[in-house]
Amino acid sequence: MRFIDEYRDARAAQQYARALKRITTHPWTIMEVCGGQTHAIVKFGVDELLPSEVTLVHGPGCPVCVTPVELIEKAIEIASRPNVIFCSFGDMLRVPGLSKDLLSVKAAGGDVRIVYSPLDALKLAVDHPEREVVFFAVGFETTAPANAMAVFQASRSSVRNFSLLVSHVLVPPAMEAILSFPDTRVQGFLAAGHVCAIMGFTEYEPIAQKYRVPIVVTGFEPLDILQGIYMCIRQLEEGRAEVENQYSRSVRREGNLPAQKLIREVFRVVPRKWRGVGEIPQSGLGLQERYAAYDAEARFGIAHYTAEEPAECMSGLILQGIRKPLECPAFGVRCTPEHPLGATMVSSEGACAAYYQYRRRKN
Amino acid sequence: MCLAVPGKIMGIEGEDPIFRTGKVNFGGIVKQINLAYVPEAKIGDYVLVHVGFAISTIDEAEAQEVFEYLRQIGELAELEENHTP
Repeated sequence: MRFIDEYRDARAAQQYARALKRITTHPWTIMEVCGGQTHAIVKFGVDELLPSEVTLVHGPGCPVCVTPVELIEKAIEIASRPNVIFCSFGDMLRVPGLSKDLLSVKAAGGDVRIVYSPLDALKLAVDHPEREVVFFAVGFETTAPANAMAVFQASRSSVRNFSLLVSHVLVPPAMEAILSFPDTRVQGFLAAGHVCAIMGFTEYEPIAQKYRVPIVVTGFEPLDILQGIYMCIRQLEEGRAEVENQYSRSVRREGNLPAQKLIREVFRVVPRKWRGVGEIPQSGLGLQERYAAYDAEARFGIAHYTAEEPAECMSGLILQGIRKPLECPAFGVRCTPEHPLGATMVSSEGACAAYYQYRRRKN
Repeated sequence: MCLAVPGKIMGIEGEDPIFRTGKVNFGGIVKQINLAYVPEAKIGDYVLVHVGFAISTIDEAEAQEVFEYLRQIGELAELEENHTP
């Protein structure tokens, strides 16, 4: 496919690998923020092409992985109600709650459906006016315009049997949280290309300056990632800490302005709990007051639910880049994609699932 | 979750900008995609699609940047040398 295949060219990848070896003189630790990048790195073995001085740590950019257990519990509660059609992206169905997951609600007769787009959920609401249709709106900035549009269209078309269970998170506050940890290892970031396609990258400039870290907006194919790493290492070696854009074919400095406008119309910035990390101020999106009628937590009276994370899973440390999946004693033994202890083993973009799929036999 | 796939716009429908959609071809698979966020996109353009929405148009000139950069850092000559047709 065009704009995919050419960025998987093995010869060019080797050239980037050699160029990286030439410029690397110190040990450096770089975090790729997005789970999609983690997946590509492990799948294509990008990390195995790097000089031994360069360490990649995997970031918190998997929305499925960082959704706190209490939101999973809220989803399970809503999905179990008789008149509800509960719609979600497929990844969320096997994320463990305290005692079960959404898939087991479906197995017990709950109407839980996997959809491709929030607009598919809205269409279900239009087609089934006698039912309550709820969409599990998880995601980063990349997905926010889609969820905002579903609410905006529902409001404009006066669809009243539709609501969102919102668990939206924002990338820059999480990067700042990681940099603020006393034992952080991260010296540079590959920022998430598709998040920046929406938001642009001006909000990363104060972070690069304040923490003296290079931030390179990076795409998702092997050559994108190798170029992003090269640009980041070059800054580190030269003592620079700037925001650069590797993914210029899809990311503009100012981002996607119509998408940002609709995000602001429908959502406002709120504090959010991150699974394994805790609450980060100003790190999420919730519905604006004027769209409160579309808030499933209020509609189903469950806003007050709280739940504590189970202790055995170390996904919090993995999401902060402090530990790697293979360092977990439960990995591949008590924790597998079929029986996950935590969300990082569930999502196709979770670091543990990526290692399980591509690295288990090798190690 | 933030997976986005490039596809080519084959046709555009809808007067209302909020409901503007297009048929987008992903290597042979054609889907109806919301184009509200790429008002500049026209038939023949490639767009990056995430959960049914085009989030960005792909800049054809910038798409060569990965290879341009490699050339700039002095490696492409060797790449071409090794590439026997």
